[in-house]
Amino acid sequence: MRTLTIRHCLLLIIFAAVGLIGCHAPSDQPVVVEFWAMGQEGEQVKALLPEFERRHPGIRVRVQQIPWSAAHEKLLTAYAGDAMPDVFQLGNTWIPEFVALRALEPLDARLQGWPAAAVNDYFPGILATNRLNGQTWALPWYVDTRLFFYRSDLLKAVGYPEPPTTWDDWLQAMARLKTLDETERYAILLPVNEWQFLVILALQRGATLLRDRDQYGDFQNPRFKEAFRFYLSLFAEELAPPMSNTQMANLYQEFANGYFAVYITGPWNIGEFRRRLPAGLQDQWMTAPLPGASLAGGASLALSRTSPRQDAAWKLLEYLAEPEQQAQFYQITGDLPARQSAWKIPALAGNRYAQAFRQQLQNVQATPPIPEWERIASRLTYYAEMTARQQMSVDEALAALDREVDRILEKRRWLLEREQPPSPPAPLPEGEGQR
Amino acid sequence: MMNGLERHAAFSAWVFLTPALLLIAVFFFLPVLAALLLSFTDFDIYALGDLNRLRFVGFNNYLHLLQSPLFWTAIGNTFYFVILGGPLSVAVSLGAALLVNARLTRFPGLFRTAFFLPVVTTLVAVAVVWRYLYHPRYGLLNYGLSLAGIEPIDWLGDPDWAMPAIILMAVWKNFGFNMIIFIAGLQNIPPQLYEAARIDGAQAWAQFRHITLPLLGPTFLFVALMTMIGYFQVFAEPYVMTQGGPANRTLSIVLLMYEEGFRWWNMGYASAAAFILFVLILAGTVLQLKLRRRASS
Amino acid sequence: MNRFMRSFFPALALYGLLIFGLLLTLTPLWWMIAASLMPSGEANSVPPRLWPSTVTFEHYTALFTRLDLARYLLNSALLAGAVTAISLFINSMAGYAFAKFRFQGRDPLFQGLLGALVIPAQVAMLPLFLLLKQFGLINTYWGVIVPGMASIFGIFLIRQYLLAIPDSLLDAARMDGAGEFRIYWSLVLPLCRPILVTLAIFTFMGAWNDFMWPLIVLTDSSLYTLPVALANLLGEHVQDTEMMMAGSVLTVLPVMLLFVVLQKYYIAGIMLGGMKG
Repeated sequence: MRTLTIRHCLLLIIFAAVGLIGCHAPSDQPVVVEFWAMGQEGEQVKALLPEFERRHPGIRVRVQQIPWSAAHEKLLTAYAGDAMPDVFQLGNTWIPEFVALRALEPLDARLQGWPAAAVNDYFPGILATNRLNGQTWALPWYVDTRLFFYRSDLLKAVGYPEPPTTWDDWLQAMARLKTLDETERYAILLPVNEWQFLVILALQRGATLLRDRDQYGDFQNPRFKEAFRFYLSLFAEELAPPMSNTQMANLYQEFANGYFAVYITGPWNIGEFRRRLPAGLQDQWMTAPLPGASLAGGASLALSRTSPRQDAAWKLLEYLAEPEQQAQFYQITGDLPARQSAWKIPALAGNRYAQAFRQQLQNVQATPPIPEWERIASRLTYYAEMTARQQMSVDEALAALDREVDRILEKRRWLLEREQPPSPPAPLPEGEGQR
Repeated sequence: MMNGLERHAAFSAWVFLTPALLLIAVFFFLPVLAALLLSFTDFDIYALGDLNRLRFVGFNNYLHLLQSPLFWTAIGNTFYFVILGGPLSVAVSLGAALLVNARLTRFPGLFRTAFFLPVVTTLVAVAVVWRYLYHPRYGLLNYGLSLAGIEPIDWLGDPDWAMPAIILMAVWKNFGFNMIIFIAGLQNIPPQLYEAARIDGAQAWAQFRHITLPLLGPTFLFVALMTMIGYFQVFAEPYVMTQGGPANRTLSIVLLMYEEGFRWWNMGYASAAAFILFVLILAGTVLQLKLRRRASS
Repeated sequence: MNRFMRSFFPALALYGLLIFGLLLTLTPLWWMIAASLMPSGEANSVPPRLWPSTVTFEHYTALFTRLDLARYLLNSALLAGAVTAISLFINSMAGYAFAKFRFQGRDPLFQGLLGALVIPAQVAMLPLFLLLKQFGLINTYWGVIVPGMASIFGIFLIRQYLLAIPDSLLDAARMDGAGEFRIYWSLVLPLCRPILVTLAIFTFMGAWNDFMWPLIVLTDSSLYTLPVALANLLGEHVQDTEMMMAGSVLTVLPVMLLFVVLQKYYIAGIMLGGMKG
């Protein structure tokens, strides 16, 4: 009967849907540790897990891969929705934010079981970013800082067989690269949707970015202004194209074409460059440290405060922190180990691209350790982009930036005033709201 | 007094209505109300971690929004999108409807289906496609333009072109929907009117001006209203194509709300932005209805 | 000759415009399909190619083997199917009540609902998230389904359709002693068949294409719908143009086929919604 079909279809779909949706909670076998990792790490870390599961037969690890571009939103949403994983990777600049949320389990008590040498094995500048208010909140997983990737053949062609070591020499080299021949090209790619390079320049000049215990913006400070002017001059002299990196359809192709010859980026691109650049070009690129400090970046692993499986999760954290696993992880991902002893393996000691990173990692600085930093950085990116695209003057942009940052930090000022008696050196307490 | 039958009918009606009304009340009206309350607080990640850190801030969120250059940028961009994209979309729809509906057109169904296809596509997917079409060096669009001797345009990268690029894509994606409504409207116009006009010697333009347009009035109002309401809420196009860039030139109000709300978890601030959007849409609707009433009286 | 000229030139202009429009409309879709079949790297060439040099399905294979696309396809189908089926029941009951029963407060209630159409859904989104958290529905399929289970537009559409159906039919059934739910189930629903199909297509397409809400509610990637997965893929594989196109084709194709098969109903629905609005 024709008239019956539609209703029956309806019923069928509902039952099917309810049935399918209803039956998805089979979990009382071994302890399943939910682990979120980002980007390619999420894909590659799976290779390390069979060994872990062999050592701990009662634990299974379920890895979920999250793209970097959505990772921050995803973690916050998961926290707000009580859907946090047991272990998760997070950028080390996010740690203050998740500490403020009380989303992280403090690790010092568990770290008591470690020999002091193991803790000291971490790059000190990187470990510092995982500590806040006298507690360790996460363990560095791999380290990341930014430095030059350059076309050695092109640099040689303009008279630099060795990379320059001062900004002045770099500027001269880039000016020559720009006019190497008739083709339309740029010397350096500085994606206008990234803030890192500008902040590096500012930190190198001793700018603190924020002032008065990070309660106000300090971007109109002469040191920052000087760094900003330098940054903008690279665009003004057309050494860098005013482009975001999403505008590049294929960044690696463009690097191979010589559309730009220098790129300031992080260690993950060692592997990408090896994979994606044509074979003939593999001997024609190199890395070099920045003249001065770079950012203390990297990713860490943390335990969720609300996880009911913290002991199992901690085992996973310890396992991934072992120098052997760190070395192994380097070999599959190219991510640089956070533990210095892992750098001794031949694969890494013999990697000529990694040496610049090792050198740079001894000279790194952190961004202000406050929850609002990511937001401030996104505003900084905006004003830097506006100025690079010549929609605003430097003074206008920095004044507006300071105003916005002061507003963003208003809540922080209120909390500091409320939660802390005005004796200066005391660390941020947990506040009276603690339960 | 109600008699038994009427009471019985009323009872049945409420039984039929309850599931829908309950759902709409709980999952729509309640959140709207809550959003209104939220917009008077500074609900943020600190408050999310500990409710003791929540403050009632009165109209501060609204004041801060109105003082924030970013918000005005978003307002400006959204109006740009609505004012340029809305009429363009309606005009293209009307043009397509007239073409498909023309007496001379063979296979109107075929053209109608083809023009309608973009409407049913998934926005995220076609936004991805258009990102590549717009590519300054490898994109099809610039290639087409170069054949006509036009210099390449950095569609999504140039602050001045990004919004037009998004509008172009939105019009491509949406015009088929309104086209169908216009076709329906056109088919409701009695053909005798045109015949009479032809006998009077009226040219095509005069027929369009004096018969088609006036009789299409109600359809026009409906289409304009729905398009405006939809365009004010533009989100996915810039989210996928430009993330609001370059230089925030494609940041719309809803995108700003999403960023503030779900990226930074400034729920109070984001709710205030949502209500300002609501007020704008309401004002736009009332304005159009008023204009229409004045035009018809 | 005069007559010939009079109809020839308008026809030429008409078809010129129609075909130009056709080209503009279909080229993006054509390019999407063509690029998805090109070998890696070929979509980024100068001049752009409209045709793959050799047809390859490697990107489709990669999507299914490496990136678990089948899972997202299933999720999308499941969610869109569930939202459609449930909302049809709930909306048709409410639409029926508004169209065929007299009760106190009916008209103000209905007008109030219609007025609420002006409120952008985004206003409710933030608290809705917190609400669903209270119900424990974040990161579940239900978190996506529940807010779509009743829609004002759906109720409106059903009511409009039923208004045109004479009451005498229903009264006759009542005379025969049929219960109210039976009347709804075995008389009203079959009568509504055309509009139900229309509404089903609307709802299914809306749910299939929905992006923002699943993006927010679903944190677990094994629950992602196709559009969310595609946007995620874009973050990681923006350099792999051909693979992104293959993902787009897979996302777009199911709804497009659905539309082509059922377009008669779909278009009728737009006209009903449009005319009486």
